[in-house]
Amino acid sequence: MLHGYALGAVMATFLGINLFGLFGQLLVGLINGSFYALLALGLAIIFGLLKIINFSQGALYMLGAFTAWMALEYLQINYWWALFLVPLTVGAFGILLERFLIRPIANEDHLYSLLLTFGVALILQGLFTDWFGSSGLPYAIPEELKGGTKLPFMYLPNYRAWIIIFSLTVCAATWFMIEKTKLGAYLRAGTENPQLMQAFGINVPLIVTLTYGFGVGLAGLAGVLAAPVYSVSPEMGSNILIVVFAIVVIGGMGSIGGAILTGLAMGIIEGLTKYFYPEASNTVIFLVMVLVLLVKPSGMFGKEA
Amino acid sequence: MKNKKLNLAIFGLALLAPFALYPVFLMKVLCFALFACAFNLLLGFAGLLSFGHAIFLGTGAYVTGYLMLTYSITPEIGIVAGVIVSALVGLVYGKLAVKREGIYFAMVTLALAQLMFFFYLQAPFTGGEDGLQGVPRGALFGLIDLTDNMVMYYFVLAIFVIGFLLIYRTVHSPFGQVLKAIRENEPRAISLGYKVNQYKLLAFVLSAALAGLAGSTKALVFQLASLNDVHWFMSGEVVLMTLLGGMGTIWGPVLGAVTIVGLQNFLASGPLANYIHVVMGVVFILCVLAFRNGLVGELQRLVKKNF
Amino acid sequence: MNLMRKSLITSALAAAMAVSATAQASLSDDKVKIGVLADMGGVYADICGQGCVEAVKMAVDDFGGTVLGKPIEVVSADDQNKPDIGSVKVREWVEKDQVDVVTGMVSSAVTGAVTKVLTANEKIALIAASASHAFTTKACSPFNAHWTYDVVSLANGTVKPTVQSGKKKWFFITADYAFGHALEKVATGVIKENGGEVVGGVRAPLGTSDFSSYILQAQSSGADVIALANAGSDMVNSLKTAAEFGLTEMTDVAGLLVFTPNALALDPEVAGGMKLTTGFYWNMDDQTRAWSKRFMKLNNGKIPAMPHAGAYSATMHYLKAVEAAGTDESKAVMAKMKETPVEDFFSRNGYLRKDGRMVHDMLQVRINTADERKGSNDVFTIEKVIKGDDAFLPLDKGGCAFALSQK
Repeated sequence: MLHGYALGAVMATFLGINLFGLFGQLLVGLINGSFYALLALGLAIIFGLLKIINFSQGALYMLGAFTAWMALEYLQINYWWALFLVPLTVGAFGILLERFLIRPIANEDHLYSLLLTFGVALILQGLFTDWFGSSGLPYAIPEELKGGTKLPFMYLPNYRAWIIIFSLTVCAATWFMIEKTKLGAYLRAGTENPQLMQAFGINVPLIVTLTYGFGVGLAGLAGVLAAPVYSVSPEMGSNILIVVFAIVVIGGMGSIGGAILTGLAMGIIEGLTKYFYPEASNTVIFLVMVLVLLVKPSGMFGKEA
Repeated sequence: MKNKKLNLAIFGLALLAPFALYPVFLMKVLCFALFACAFNLLLGFAGLLSFGHAIFLGTGAYVTGYLMLTYSITPEIGIVAGVIVSALVGLVYGKLAVKREGIYFAMVTLALAQLMFFFYLQAPFTGGEDGLQGVPRGALFGLIDLTDNMVMYYFVLAIFVIGFLLIYRTVHSPFGQVLKAIRENEPRAISLGYKVNQYKLLAFVLSAALAGLAGSTKALVFQLASLNDVHWFMSGEVVLMTLLGGMGTIWGPVLGAVTIVGLQNFLASGPLANYIHVVMGVVFILCVLAFRNGLVGELQRLVKKNF
Repeated sequence: MNLMRKSLITSALAAAMAVSATAQASLSDDKVKIGVLADMGGVYADICGQGCVEAVKMAVDDFGGTVLGKPIEVVSADDQNKPDIGSVKVREWVEKDQVDVVTGMVSSAVTGAVTKVLTANEKIALIAASASHAFTTKACSPFNAHWTYDVVSLANGTVKPTVQSGKKKWFFITADYAFGHALEKVATGVIKENGGEVVGGVRAPLGTSDFSSYILQAQSSGADVIALANAGSDMVNSLKTAAEFGLTEMTDVAGLLVFTPNALALDPEVAGGMKLTTGFYWNMDDQTRAWSKRFMKLNNGKIPAMPHAGAYSATMHYLKAVEAAGTDESKAVMAKMKETPVEDFFSRNGYLRKDGRMVHDMLQVRINTADERKGSNDVFTIEKVIKGDDAFLPLDKGGCAFALSQK
């Protein structure tokens, strides 16, 4: 079987490029891009609507993965229930965070919300390192999604395919809800012109809190999705945070569609880099970020400030 | 002036400290204090939040470490080389970054720092994840052997004092006044005819050079340079030190560095060893929520109110 | 304030004592202090970590708790796999806390930095868990004793027979730091000597969370064997991903460094049948079983990995040498350690060579499949014992200058 692939790999070369290998890396890039999109989406909602720079998004993603692990280990709550319950739990945690820590500094410089949420991230990561160690915990792939599909150029595990489909669906639905529905319109209006909406009898602080909870819940959801493929470890959040942050900046801070598209695009660019110059794969995003910031500081999809 | 007395008292304490406390710990404090002071020059006096300042600390450390390991040069030359390279990196980065403001400035510096991190991870001369190990301390001017911790301590103290006085002079010079004017009201400074970006750039380069000085010195103290020095976590740590001590004050970053390094050291050997990050996080939150002026800032306010 | 003053006084006293202690001959500061440095919470926590601390304490207890009539103290610290954190801690230990000997030492990057500090201060390093062979070759020192195993013994034990069985094309997934580089280099040498070739390789940073793109590269390389030149949870994760992408069904995956806790964490369906080399296995004979049983009581019921046994053995050998030499002065103790054969539950036919390499018999084992396992800890079957002199690099090939100049 190996020889089948190897032979195919040798044959499918074009201009000295091993196409099968390249397609494989692109697909893996797309999988990673789905995570980026989901996380960047939450971050962009929180920044775009609330003007909070949430540096704890990575830690809340980690919290999501650990909550799924604990739910399975201690309460026998399976993956499918976790997919539903964990975002709610993490979202509820986010609501508490917003209500008691972030709201008191709502009117200060943005940098303070960055520093505050960075502190929250440190605390969460520290606590989970102490409780579970940092070597990572295993979380089994649910029975229904085990196995894989043979593609011409690679063997695609079913769970990885599921990641792409599921996260794209969530991203699209969220984008639609915020940009195209009445609820979304209230949301945008409520955060853009709070006084006016307050005058219309709409509870703006509640909207803010719920929006924050939703954005954070998306991080929790990404955490559950990640648990079976990445090892569940306290550092998983801090490793990905900076990348996701860069994606939001590249997409244009606050642009929801921009965050989703950039997330996917960066996953694919990373995949390409992994093929041609693997060592630079962790860095290529920052190169793009520098270029974008220098040429178009408001980001690819951001409105001119 | 009572400040003078205070400064002398602090200096006297610093002279005597190594007889009571472990000198390597004190040297670590001094290096980080200098690093934080350099950072504060930018954040506190020019109002620019760089989120990648560890790059300059690490550049100083790597350059000095590499030169000391490869060529048999004396430590002062190694340090000067480290400072120059840091300043050059600062010049390039500053040119790119000062065009942007606020959060975008922070983002550009962060992204540039990540690029530099990659360079140091991949470049053959840094030793990758192993770092540069066993950097010799050498003999100062070829005469004074720095292997002994006590001798090294006074050398580090001298470097700190030089760096600190330089920052003090800068802040109180006309240049420093312009920086403060830019921080308070940039459009006004522009309308007064100041080339704002050039002032910012100069402050950036100066800050980078001094951060490099701290890094070069640190590499000699610990006899190694590693990726930890250039990691973005280190950039976060220096923000914390400055914020905690009080940004925009002269002694704030020093006090912040003493507190954080002391806290880390204290926690590392106690039952709370695993909670270092948690405690740091709590300090962050407290700083932001309760005293945004930092320890020194609050102290000054207290003094003003009551005396 | 009171606390502050107290600590000032104690440190002043300590400093004063330090001055007087160096002048004394027999036991410095009236006790022997052993430092255990390891990754306590990271990717390598299970293979040494707190378990090594327990093993060293066990050795101290078995020795009687005192040497030359003076107490033995054990201190420990977490190096987080970071060379700077480890070396700063060890510097503080030897300069301020009067630590006489340091053991544990996991990541080769940390060990490289730490042994430099120890040698400069003339203190002994009992390396129990690191793999790089540099500490007894290029970077050797009269104060290093490298105990449990090294990359050469792994390559000789695992790679050689595989190449000889006809699997000629190799692909490496390598941990990107000192240990991985050393293992890859040595294994590559063995592969070429035996007529094989290396068709490719990737270097993954320590603690990589997703190995899928590396696995894909391995897949398209057309190799007969994918060699995992990594360890701990990195090794576990890369093998898991290989299984997820169907690689384990297509080709051989060889874990070059697999510790028992890692082998236990792997699905027997994936790992069963894999051959590897180890310096110790708990279920070898009555002696190893007896020691392991006692160790498990201290280690939350978990079976020992080879660094645990190595840390015990090295500590015991060190304490015996202190007793025999009548001093804890490093050079005298080291001389005694090298004079005396090392024979205990862990080390068979062992001796500490001039260059600091502890040469002892190594084991070639196979991971049991699910059907073969008689109990939850029944993870290996021993296939062959490799004589120490065949497993490790010969003294004259290592290039350790001080040892070669000694006659």
